[in-house]
Amino acid sequence: MSKKPSKGGAPSLDMTPMVDLAFLLVTFFMLTASFRMAEPVTVDPPSSIGNITLPDNHIMVSIDEKGRGFFGISNAAAKMAALREMSKKYSVPFTEEQIKKFSGLPSFGVNIKDLPRYIDASENERSTFQPQKGVPLDSTDNQLKDWVSYGGAEAVKIYNEAKAKAQEANQELKAEKPRYAIKCDGKTKYIVVKDIVKVFTDLKIYQFNLITSLEADPNEKK
Amino acid sequence: MAEIAEGGGGGGHKGKKRAKKQSTRIDMTPMVDLAFLLLTFFVLTSTFSKPKSMELTFPVPPENIKEQPPIKNGITILLTKDDRIFYYEGEFKPKDTDKGLKTTLTELNFSQESLHKYLADKNKWAQEEIAKLDEKFKNKQLADTTHKRMVKEIKANKIAPTILLKTDDKATYKNVIDLIDELNINLIGKYVVVDILKPELDMINEKTGG
Repeated sequence: MSKKPSKGGAPSLDMTPMVDLAFLLVTFFMLTASFRMAEPVTVDPPSSIGNITLPDNHIMVSIDEKGRGFFGISNAAAKMAALREMSKKYSVPFTEEQIKKFSGLPSFGVNIKDLPRYIDASENERSTFQPQKGVPLDSTDNQLKDWVSYGGAEAVKIYNEAKAKAQEANQELKAEKPRYAIKCDGKTKYIVVKDIVKVFTDLKIYQFNLITSLEADPNEKK
Repeated sequence: MAEIAEGGGGGGHKGKKRAKKQSTRIDMTPMVDLAFLLLTFFVLTSTFSKPKSMELTFPVPPENIKEQPPIKNGITILLTKDDRIFYYEGEFKPKDTDKGLKTTLTELNFSQESLHKYLADKNKWAQEEIAKLDEKFKNKQLADTTHKRMVKEIKANKIAPTILLKTDDKATYKNVIDLIDELNINLIGKYVVVDILKPELDMINEKTGG
């Protein structure tokens, strides 16, 4: 195809197919990639044969090795609504801008009183943010329970609205029902997890998805 | 580096005519560089798999606590520090009575020969029944939904064991997940995580020495 180079010239190679392939792959990865913000802590869950994919619409409590609880909602609208409710209950004021910024943040583990400062902090400052002690969940100051309760209520409300809308328009429902997920480090003492589970059971939530890393099922191999 | 324009570098040849001919060619090297840079970036940063999870349902606390219904084929598994497992079968008996001897704990560990073997042995009946159903399902003698329903029924059968899973305050989350996982692998359908009782805790402490 390409002309043979004349003597002394640089060897020529048709790069078009390679470039085509490279751009194809770039396009593919760009379109499939979903960006995740860095979680405030690394949680290394134990492995199991459970292969249920975590639904996109979830309310997650992660617990790190030291037993600190972190709270996150996948649905941005529910997250904003939950923050508004929490702001009212604990009388901690938030600006509209802060609420908006909060909806884009990953899970957090701070007291609501430190939350405005946490939201305003830059990405780098956030990773070393000091009073990141986990969301308080003891009986005198059970903020985690309120978060779960408000977050859950809002997520369900949004789901129901979407469902009603879909029914009205006679369309297929795309939204999923929100699920409660617990992601916990393998080395955490179970007694800490029990406290978290109690937060949920107190709110009459009895079904969870426990996040685990995947392991081969020995029964399938046979 | 492949398609370097010869026009500039190749001075000395009677170049002018050739340079004109090749002027339509574009040096693609920077574009390729950029494409591969982006490609590398996306390959390295993208995460394909969504997190996987296992579902677990906790018992709804009974509203008016009467007497607890007796559990048939109950096995209580107690988890404690250093990945140790103890179990006893049947009801907890603090003392020797006419119904039976005092409860004693037996130790297991997370190895294939110990816990897996014990549970497989206990749930042999259900495993065999499910294997039969799987065989039928494979030969297309059973519909998908019927197969699922029947497996569920076998798991819930009275003959199948019921596991009560209890932990003391030193057991780790990993122990609990590993144990539940082992129950799932052994096709045990009836299990529940509940609070430990004081006499059980005392017995563990006696065994582990604190």
